[in-house]
Amino acid sequence: MSLIIQIENLSKSYWRDSMEIPVLHNLNLEVERGGFLSLMGPSGSGKTTLLNLIAGIDRPSSGKVIVNDSDISKMGESALAKWRAINIGFVFQFYNLIPVLTAYENVELPLILTKLSRKERKKHVETALSIVGLEDRMHHSPRQLSGGQEQRVAIARAIVADPLILVADEPTGDLDKNSADEILTLMKRLNSEFDKTIIIVTHDPHAARIAKIVHQLDKGELIIK
Amino acid sequence: MKIPIKYILRNFKSRKLTTMITVSGIALVVFVFAAVLMMAYGIQSTLIATGSIDNVKIVRKAANGEISSIIDGETQNVVRSLPHIAVTTEGKQIISNEPVVIINLDKPDGAMGNITVRGVSPLSNYLRPQLKIKEGRMFKFGVRELIVGSSISKRFVGAKIGDIVKFAGDDWKLVGIFSADGSGFESEILGDALQLLGAFNRGNTVSTITLKLDDAKNFDTFKRAFDADRRLQQFEVKTERDYFEEQSELMATFIRVLGIFVTVIFSFGATIGAMITMYSAVANRTVEVGTFRALGFSRRSILAAFLTESILISLFGGLLGILLASLLSFFSISTLNFGSFSELEFSFSTSPSIIISSLVFALTMGIIGGFLPAVRAARMNIVNALRAG
Repeated sequence: MSLIIQIENLSKSYWRDSMEIPVLHNLNLEVERGGFLSLMGPSGSGKTTLLNLIAGIDRPSSGKVIVNDSDISKMGESALAKWRAINIGFVFQFYNLIPVLTAYENVELPLILTKLSRKERKKHVETALSIVGLEDRMHHSPRQLSGGQEQRVAIARAIVADPLILVADEPTGDLDKNSADEILTLMKRLNSEFDKTIIIVTHDPHAARIAKIVHQLDKGELIIK
Repeated sequence: MKIPIKYILRNFKSRKLTTMITVSGIALVVFVFAAVLMMAYGIQSTLIATGSIDNVKIVRKAANGEISSIIDGETQNVVRSLPHIAVTTEGKQIISNEPVVIINLDKPDGAMGNITVRGVSPLSNYLRPQLKIKEGRMFKFGVRELIVGSSISKRFVGAKIGDIVKFAGDDWKLVGIFSADGSGFESEILGDALQLLGAFNRGNTVSTITLKLDDAKNFDTFKRAFDADRRLQQFEVKTERDYFEEQSELMATFIRVLGIFVTVIFSFGATIGAMITMYSAVANRTVEVGTFRALGFSRRSILAAFLTESILISLFGGLLGILLASLLSFFSISTLNFGSFSELEFSFSTSPSIIISSLVFALTMGIIGGFLPAVRAARMNIVNALRAG
């Protein structure tokens, strides 16, 4: 298996006023294509920061983040936005669906950035919604859906443009047990059937167990299990 | 812009109240702006319609208006010798030597207004065919009789048929009411020029001369002959339309400058209102901005989306303001014309350029009001924006 993510000597600090707050220290990590990695650790351990750096929505203080042979830490703002649109699917803890758009329109959003025609987009959206089992709710607005359904729509949005990597930050953190199980099963299926590389950040050991690899982060350092 | 327009439009629905308040604020300012321009344009249109392109007006140089112009009898005779003056079928030159005076009439609220009384010659109907007797009859020449413009008759006390108007120590009977296609003549009283000259002891000295050209194209030739005559050096000649257009310029400019000055001050308030609305929209949608950015939408797309939202608000406000202002065209008002120091009734008139100016004004408020909030949204740090939820 080839590597899809290579992280070399990655450090990240935040500045609050004039005080430097180190979050990640000299971290090295490799993820194989089609891998399923779970990042665990206490609050403030740096797991969400690491996820954000891999997803290209944050910048490292030093070190390299190489995804699919591209060093994203060197990309400009505009290039990085284009790169995210093609390579990354996001699943957030609170779903982050756009409340004024329907499920269909939310899922369609990443495709607006592609050159697909309206007809092709429709086909892709319907496929994505059928994978998450919500093709009958496509014209519902987020507020007409349950938490579990909203997260499934968010997953459909994350996969609709067929990205290489799915990143999920506490994807079951806001769900009841049944809904959480449905989401975890769905993610496992996306990894096994659709060969998506998935990285999830979670506090929940049950959620972490579905991953093939679990890494523990503590005080900005990686403890590989 | 990549962010779908339906996202912007549906956000209006989700915060109806703030959107409506902002739209109303902009509509109000645009209403005032458009109303001022319509007022100035209405005055100009009324006065321009008063003049005809084939009529020529002769006044004393540097006279501010007809009442301050004096033309003696000798000059009147010199003018008759100029070329291209139209003649009737009987061979009479179509010239009206006109004394113009101002009298006072009472308004229904007790206030007083200045009214122009114009003395005309028997051939003046060739000069102003638009004058039509609506009620009563034409005054008789050689008698102290007058006809009154419909606007004056409507707005002043004692200006009805049969009423007696007192001026120059004499009684003048109103025998008819006339219309003049909405032109400034409807704000005048007309009578026999000779009767007026006699009543005011003016001898044969009139205020202005109005004459008809045989062809409007011959104005330049007529003017050259006029300017070449040394006896006419103290006088100037213009087409009647140009003359009345110049008369309207002072007042229209005054209204425009004052009105636009006031409106621009109002517009600061409306722009700040739009800015507050857009800052609040950005603050309420911080997570959405973060989500759009995470999904791959560029900073430019975010900027364009919020700026479009602000522009649409201002466009709705602008259209509403123009719509409200256009209702004013059903009304006419009367005011003192600075050119003649007498009452002039006019309607609010609109034109394509007023509509375009008003829309540009509204959009400018939207762009200025929306720009900084849109920049803030576009420059948001994605991680911080996503955490705002």
